[in-house]
Amino acid sequence: MAMSANARTTAKMLALAVSMLGFALFIMPPLYDAFCEITGLNGKTGGRYEAVPAAVDTARKVKVQFVASNNENMPWEFKPGVVEMSVHPGEAVDTVFHAYNPTARDMIGQAIPSLVPFKAASYFHKTECFCFNQQALAAGETAELGLRFIVDPDLPPGVNTITLSYTLFDVTERFAKQANNKNTDPEREG
Amino acid sequence: MAHGPKPGFTRWLYTTNHKDIGSMYLWFSFAMFLLGGCMALVIRAELFQPGLQIVQPEFFNQMTTMHGLIMVFGAVMPAFVGLANWMVPMMIGAPDMALPRMNNWSFWILPFAFAMLASTLFMEGGAPNFGWTFYAPLSTEYAPPSVTFFIFSIHIMGASSIMGAINIVATILNMRAPGMTLMKMPLFVWTWLITAYLLIAVMPVLAGVVTMMLMDIHFGTSFFSAAGGGDPVLFQHVFWFFGHPEVYIMILPAFGIVSAIIPTFARKPLFGYSSMVYATASIAFLSFIVWAHHMFTVGMPIAGELFFMYATMLIAVPTGVKVFNWVTTMFRGSMTFETPMLFSIAFVILFTLGGFSGLMLAIAPADFQYHDTYFVVAHFHYVLVPGAIFSITAGVYYWLPKWTGNMYNETMGKVHFWMAFVGLNVTFFPMHFVGLAGMPRRIPDYALQFADFNQIASVGAFLFGAAQIVFLFNVIRTVKGGKKASDEVWENPEGLEWSVPSPAPYHTFSTPPVVR
Repeated sequence: MAMSANARTTAKMLALAVSMLGFALFIMPPLYDAFCEITGLNGKTGGRYEAVPAAVDTARKVKVQFVASNNENMPWEFKPGVVEMSVHPGEAVDTVFHAYNPTARDMIGQAIPSLVPFKAASYFHKTECFCFNQQALAAGETAELGLRFIVDPDLPPGVNTITLSYTLFDVTERFAKQANNKNTDPEREG
Repeated sequence: MAHGPKPGFTRWLYTTNHKDIGSMYLWFSFAMFLLGGCMALVIRAELFQPGLQIVQPEFFNQMTTMHGLIMVFGAVMPAFVGLANWMVPMMIGAPDMALPRMNNWSFWILPFAFAMLASTLFMEGGAPNFGWTFYAPLSTEYAPPSVTFFIFSIHIMGASSIMGAINIVATILNMRAPGMTLMKMPLFVWTWLITAYLLIAVMPVLAGVVTMMLMDIHFGTSFFSAAGGGDPVLFQHVFWFFGHPEVYIMILPAFGIVSAIIPTFARKPLFGYSSMVYATASIAFLSFIVWAHHMFTVGMPIAGELFFMYATMLIAVPTGVKVFNWVTTMFRGSMTFETPMLFSIAFVILFTLGGFSGLMLAIAPADFQYHDTYFVVAHFHYVLVPGAIFSITAGVYYWLPKWTGNMYNETMGKVHFWMAFVGLNVTFFPMHFVGLAGMPRRIPDYALQFADFNQIASVGAFLFGAAQIVFLFNVIRTVKGGKKASDEVWENPEGLEWSVPSPAPYHTFSTPPVVR
């Protein structure tokens, strides 16, 4: 049976509305993430990086600074092992952060990175990072959190200082909730 | 064949008549306008003096939030839908809306949505207090428990708007009288057609963003939570992707209304009809690519700031075309100044003023100074109050004799206009100054140096509120009786709606009119 003109218009408009809902729910968030990752917007650094052999550019030195801070209500002590280091682009460098849970309960923390300048974000590769996983610390426990990174030799000239900041969030409750919902994704994009 | 409305209350409950539904929309929106207005008066009363006098900061935040939500979704949008219901079928020579049963439904879910929203005021933890823009994480992690009711009421309002918009598109595309080509349609119909497309495109995005909030709050996702790998800034992008077209949803029908009124009282045809249509369409298109000008301070690359700055300024071009056309229509016309015309002229002047402060805000580097100050409040109240509210008021005065068959009281109308005009400017003009001087928006207390201007603004707000009582009284009196209006009402007005008797019979254009 042929649809009436009104039914056809209604169907088209409904399809538009439903597709816009789908766009908002399923396309915009991943699109935004991809956009941020490509442009380094908001200082988002990429996930785990597979090291490719590259020449170390010994002629160039880049200063890398580390900042650690707590999200509100996060009681842990959290600080970088060294505050500042000088690296050559292309070389793999190890460093650590120190975390201490002074409370009387077991907790889970999650560190979220942010990097300035934004345009350097896609040239800062992490081959190993504690931020890829949640950190569980028992009451009173101390941990050394490792980070191995490579500054890409293609880092735009003019960038001489990179500041990497970690904000530590208390995700104890969120993690409990997720464990209940069985949709945990421990290997997060960091 | 001529059968009238059902007697009794069920007429309103079961009605599928576009005039009944239009009237219900208009009364509903007026009720919401008064409710939102009372909240505005609570805000202005508290801000009359620095320090805390009347309400606590927590309740003050609920007032600013609820005032914004109720005015945007409860007053302005339903009023335009009500006018569309009444006028679109009569303007295009259709017997009714295309989907009359859905029309009934899209109205009747609204009172439930707003009852739910208003009930949050009485809940533990209070009503939503995160501002009408409900930025995450303020509206997710730090929200009062009532936020879930807020989310569902937004869902229902969205469904209502989408159904209303689909109905309007279907009516305009399929139900026009023979000979009524698209480029012969009155501008009110054109602006509503474009508005309806905007609604269908962005109300689902609003539904999407509140759904993501719901998931974050109750189901452990982290769209907007940095701790879980999400990003609060994503909220702002999605919200303003809805929010910017939304501000044009609230102004495009207004353009249509004044484009109908000004030619009537200038006694000249509208200047530049087709340029008006193209300007409306360009504004609608541009509204999709400027959203980030609401978030210049969020940390964007310079290229982004520049793009959104220039794209925003580009909107001034089609808007300028419109203002030029209205002024040119009035130029050397035989103008008379009845109440609808007074409101329309005030619309043109004050909306342009609001547009100019918008241009100032569009300058990205300057916006860092203006962001979240009373300057922004002054700007959007100058575009919304004389823009949306004045045009709706003008439309009501203009078509009220056609709806009721009676003339409204002209003197009372003029009293209403001057009280509203003076009240509006006294309220909102000083906000420019306190904003530029650095007074932040959404605060219950402020530094002493802002006291004088705030006192003036509060006095103006109560005058503006009082003006609306005059309006209500005038409308009720006109509905009940008064001097009979002729079928044409005004002097040679243009449009099919004036070819039917006054009051408009329950069923019009059961046989399509001939349009040449």
